[in-house]
Amino acid sequence: MSFSTVLSAAIEGLKVEFVQVEADVSNGLPVFHMVGYLSSEVKEAGERVRTAIKNSGFEYPAKRTVINLSPATLRKRGASFDLPIAVSILASLGQIPMRNMGECLIIGELSLDGRVRKVPGILPVAMEALENGITCCIVPKENEAEGNLVSGMRVIGVENLQDAVAFLKVGKVCDLSDETRKKKKCYDFQSIKEENDRSLPDFSQIKGQENVKRAAEIAVSGGHNLLMIGPPGSGKSMTAKCIAGILPPLDLKESMDITKIYSVLGLLKEEAPLIQERPFREVHHTATRAALIGGGTVPRPGEISLAHGGVLFFDELPEFRKSVLEVLRQPLEDRSIRISRTYGNYVFPADFMLVAAMNPCPCGCYPDLEKCTCTPAQIQMYLNRISRPFLDRIDLCVEAPRIRYEELTEEKKSESSVEIRKRVYQARKIQKERYRGTGITTNAMLGADDIKKYCGLGPAENKLMERAFTMMELTVRAYHRIIKTARTIADMDGGEKIEEKHLREALGYRMVDKKYWRR
Amino acid sequence: MEYEFWLAGIQGVAAHKKITLRECMKTAEAIYYIEETQLQHFEFLNENDRNKIMQAQKNSRFRTDYERMNEKGIRFVSFFSEEYPQNLKEITDPPYALYVKGSLPSGKAKKAAIIGARRCTPYGEKYAIDFARALAACGVEIISGMARGIDGMGHRGALLSGGKTYAVLGSGVDVCYPREHIGLYVDILEQGGGILSEQPPGTAPLAHNFPARNRIISGLSDVILVMEAGKKSGSLITVDLALEQGRDIYALPGPVNSALSDGCNRLIRQGAGILLSPEALLEEWGIEKSGVSEGSKKKIKNEKMLESGEKLVYSCLGLYPKNLDQLVSETKLNIKEVLEKLVSLELQGYVREISKNHYIISE
Repeated sequence: MSFSTVLSAAIEGLKVEFVQVEADVSNGLPVFHMVGYLSSEVKEAGERVRTAIKNSGFEYPAKRTVINLSPATLRKRGASFDLPIAVSILASLGQIPMRNMGECLIIGELSLDGRVRKVPGILPVAMEALENGITCCIVPKENEAEGNLVSGMRVIGVENLQDAVAFLKVGKVCDLSDETRKKKKCYDFQSIKEENDRSLPDFSQIKGQENVKRAAEIAVSGGHNLLMIGPPGSGKSMTAKCIAGILPPLDLKESMDITKIYSVLGLLKEEAPLIQERPFREVHHTATRAALIGGGTVPRPGEISLAHGGVLFFDELPEFRKSVLEVLRQPLEDRSIRISRTYGNYVFPADFMLVAAMNPCPCGCYPDLEKCTCTPAQIQMYLNRISRPFLDRIDLCVEAPRIRYEELTEEKKSESSVEIRKRVYQARKIQKERYRGTGITTNAMLGADDIKKYCGLGPAENKLMERAFTMMELTVRAYHRIIKTARTIADMDGGEKIEEKHLREALGYRMVDKKYWRR
Repeated sequence: MEYEFWLAGIQGVAAHKKITLRECMKTAEAIYYIEETQLQHFEFLNENDRNKIMQAQKNSRFRTDYERMNEKGIRFVSFFSEEYPQNLKEITDPPYALYVKGSLPSGKAKKAAIIGARRCTPYGEKYAIDFARALAACGVEIISGMARGIDGMGHRGALLSGGKTYAVLGSGVDVCYPREHIGLYVDILEQGGGILSEQPPGTAPLAHNFPARNRIISGLSDVILVMEAGKKSGSLITVDLALEQGRDIYALPGPVNSALSDGCNRLIRQGAGILLSPEALLEEWGIEKSGVSEGSKKKIKNEKMLESGEKLVYSCLGLYPKNLDQLVSETKLNIKEVLEKLVSLELQGYVREISKNHYIISE
């Protein structure tokens, strides 16, 4: 038989599309044809595959070879079709028994000497394959650990083409010594965690700044967005980095969701592919819109998706281009980003917690007029770089004041991140319990209807909010965000009901009012 | 009148030279038709001035400009006009003409200039408003420059008690600078006050025009009230001009450690009048008090209604902003409590957050 097909997969955005790789080797002029709506990197696969087959010691007779990648409507990109093409050619040549290939998905890039190189996106491919009843896949050795994250899937890591052929012939990879297998397997969760904690700054290193710490704890507990305003050198960036250390642990599903995104972008570590810590992404202010929300002809997820489930940190907020900040408005509300192209829409998850830091004015000393050298017009211009609608989406705003000398030299050690993290975990647990089965995990995710359901206010509390709404000229969105923040503060207290004191504290952390931004 | 307008519009010839020339030639029209040889007889004009005048004679657009100005409702008041304010005539370098939107300060009422820094503290702001309001309520007309900071607050205060207030601009009267004061600009005109300028309509707010307008502010006023001025504040230039013009100077004392009150405190040391309350000032001038609000007394009564924690926080606050950290260390309460008390005070209208976590008392 001179015809064979092999199952492989392609990644479109974050979606997995299955691709049938068909090969036909027959008598005729010795040409090599590849069809099936291929991009140039897939067309180049032909040269790689033929050389790799030859260099792996297989016979490749001078025959007419036709390769088809179906469905033909899907644009194929990337080098991950090398291995399936090589396997299907060898099967067509009769060097691999056909019957073994039915339930096996093959993916991998080949080098000219027949080695198999790692490719991105193994995790989503393996997950999707399992859902479609495929229980075995051949992947590059370097991606084996990643594939193994999918329980129930038999993942065969191959180092070279010969391994793959050997497995398909006799059902196991021959030259894999137990030693190497062990080495790959034994990554130990505990050691990774400790290492991470050590590399992060700890809240106990920050002197004073009690209000900033409190606001950070509230923000993390409820997944709220946080803005820190303060003079240069007051520890805003440091605090933001500390926030990474108090993020609550991930559960398996969240962890898999995040790992999937990182997998598609090829950002996973070979030895520890599962992402177990919530991401903390710091974006530099030169970032473009595409870098932030994702882009490209076939969109790749951007920073906001990489921060999914974790924190996205913007230092020096006013330095960002206005257009860049404005694109965040929709994902901040929807917790996902939809990118539209002529040939389709791509939806990437973007459920992140925004943390931002800025100076109150160009010199950083406002409102201390004795030190501030800026004119009112300069301050105005500086603040105008951030639009009201953007600020409206920030739940907590806090000043990071200049640190006084007494605080700096104080011996008293402040609370460590580990302790704060415990409390955060507790508060999150309460929320998870309450929203069980609704798809909501944090207070920040509550919609207007949910607020009515879960954040009922008593008469006294209602009166307080009514007064605040008019006195502080709150927008409806700000009003809702304050109630959600109060819900979190109440949860931190362990209280079932939102009380006046919770609302008052939430109001104290509200976004600065319009007058300040107009001055 | 067109010829007066033409003469006033000549740039680069000093106002006092224009006035002397006009006195010699009797009418502005005569100057428009004057020959160069004739101009040479006037020794106070140098060659540059003569050239400027000869050049201006070639310009015939001034007639349409004049009409357009009238259409816009801008009045033209030259030095030789009846309407020209008497006290402005007496200063050393009076402007040749004033362009006026709305009305001119009346001859009879007492006129007070309220001046101060653009960069001002809530303390300066509050007292600029308080003094302007109380004085305007008793018929004193408030004159200022409509700049950001103290100037604007002076006008605002006068408007609050329904008084008349006049703004002297460094730009043309139809150019609102700073732009965010457009509301103030409209309100001043609506309440029967006026916008004045030495510059022809349409002049952009050029920096060098501003010191010159200060002499008009002081020239139009009987007294100058300096609310807040730093060591090198522009307000001190106005004070110097006002002293030359023989006007009375009053200054608002500030804390000795506040750099923004430094100029004021020095003025007091040098012998300026001290501003203690509008009532004391009115008494000094022999003006009867009318409708000065008793708000301050009421406030104290209300304050007793506060609970003890709120009272403690309130007592630490003043008109100079304090941040959360300072309040925590002064009250010895914890952050959560202080924040709650502040919000509660804010909702009752006692406290204002002027910048994130910086608070002052409000009235």
